Amino acid sequence: MTNETEQPLLRAVGVSHWYGGTLGCRDVNFELHPGEVLGIVGESGSGKSTLLACLSARLQPTAGQVLYRTRYQGTVDIYGLSEAERRLLMRTDWGIVHQNPRDGLRLAVSAGGNVGERLMAVGARHYGRIRETANAWLERVEIDAGRIDDRPDTFSGGMQQRLQIARNLVTQPRLVFMDEPTGGLDVSVQARLLDLLRGLVADLGLAAVVVTHDLAVTRLLAHRLMVMRRGEVVESGLTDQVLDDPQHPYTQLLVSSVLQP
Amino acid sequence: MNDVMIRVENLGKTFTLHNQGGVTMEVLRGVEFEVRAGECLVLNGPSGAGKSTLLRSLYANYRLQTGRVWIRHRGALLDLAGAAPRKVLEVRRETIGYVSQFLRAVPRVPALDVVAEPLRLQGETAAGARRKAAALLERLNISPRLTELAPSTFSGGEQQRVNIARGFLPGYPVLLLDEPTASLDAANRAVVIGLIEEAKANGAAVVGIFHDAEVRDAVANTVLDMVEAATESAA
Repeated sequence: MTNETEQPLLRAVGVSHWYGGTLGCRDVNFELHPGEVLGIVGESGSGKSTLLACLSARLQPTAGQVLYRTRYQGTVDIYGLSEAERRLLMRTDWGIVHQNPRDGLRLAVSAGGNVGERLMAVGARHYGRIRETANAWLERVEIDAGRIDDRPDTFSGGMQQRLQIARNLVTQPRLVFMDEPTGGLDVSVQARLLDLLRGLVADLGLAAVVVTHDLAVTRLLAHRLMVMRRGEVVESGLTDQVLDDPQHPYTQLLVSSVLQP
Repeated sequence: MNDVMIRVENLGKTFTLHNQGGVTMEVLRGVEFEVRAGECLVLNGPSGAGKSTLLRSLYANYRLQTGRVWIRHRGALLDLAGAAPRKVLEVRRETIGYVSQFLRAVPRVPALDVVAEPLRLQGETAAGARRKAAALLERLNISPRLTELAPSTFSGGEQQRVNIARGFLPGYPVLLLDEPTASLDAANRAVVIGLIEEAKANGAAVVGIFHDAEVRDAVANTVLDMVEAATESAA
């Protein structure tokens, strides 16, 4: 008898990517189980965004495989799927939260429409129910129901980011990729967003891969951490192990460089 | 009732400070002991003797150079030092509680939910976990007025008691306590002594650091002298 959480949901096997002769990331290996949050940290240019793009079906690796356990068809190599199959997977099973909410939202469509559109993409047709669900999600991400018909370009950065999260989670994905989800936000807005994300991830049992350069974010969100430098993973472990007892010179430098308020 | 709950074998921990000239500090070497159900082992020794390092090693917060940390988990001894990350999380969720010296408060989360969280992770309902959390906070003399507020604004002693409540509420079979009474007054120290005694009576194995002699004498079955157990050198 195997438990649902005993099998990895996502597996990276020797994932490498070169941009021509320039290394993006090299030989990355890990397993992610349902309900687990993996943080990827490192400075700009360390390869973390390249890795995230490879993992989330947006950038074909030069070498290696990204394996995903689907709901009905067993484990598949996501770059072995047809374009149509991959799009369906991204719509039904995955969410991608971009650093800049404008990359993940449709600014010319109302807030409710942004959320409802995703539901329609997976087959919802009943207008009343779509609106009801959209409303419930706006409330869940702490956006006033009175703003449902407003366009997101009238929202603050923090509200846009929360709307992007609602748009991603409304279809109940199993795996969410987040690229600097709190980057570019004020500290007070960050705290609220982090608290929200933390609650949602735990309540929904989501698996997530979170790329960030902010170690405090990983402490709050991630169970495990991978530290990247110059395209390679230099250290990994439980988040508290990596932050409290860093082994690699680069991780030690990262941890000791954080200012304590 | 007197099963071995913790068995430490040849535990060694060395820190290498790569950005400070590669200095190595051997803090623990060849540490060995056992703690049985219902017993409390107190780590004793001067500041810098490695007491907190040892406690963090037992929680797999620090990674070891040598040795094994056997913890009784789901009925059998499991080497936490060699366990996979997911296994360590499972052991922490079900078996080991760790009360650190300072509360790491999450912004915006009320004290009641901070305390209730470990019980919720064990599958308790939100309402049930909050009810039990409220009762324990009251016993620790935290005013009900405060429990709906985030503890980041609390006094040091109040934060410490929130931390204690969070650690004791799930009734873990193994408890690691790092100076839980450091910033408490006499009345609250007595409450904590009572909690430790109850945990022992329920079969928990406790390893603790207590600077307060009154607390130490009240709860200790065995004392581990860290100057003899550990070694400290820099090269």
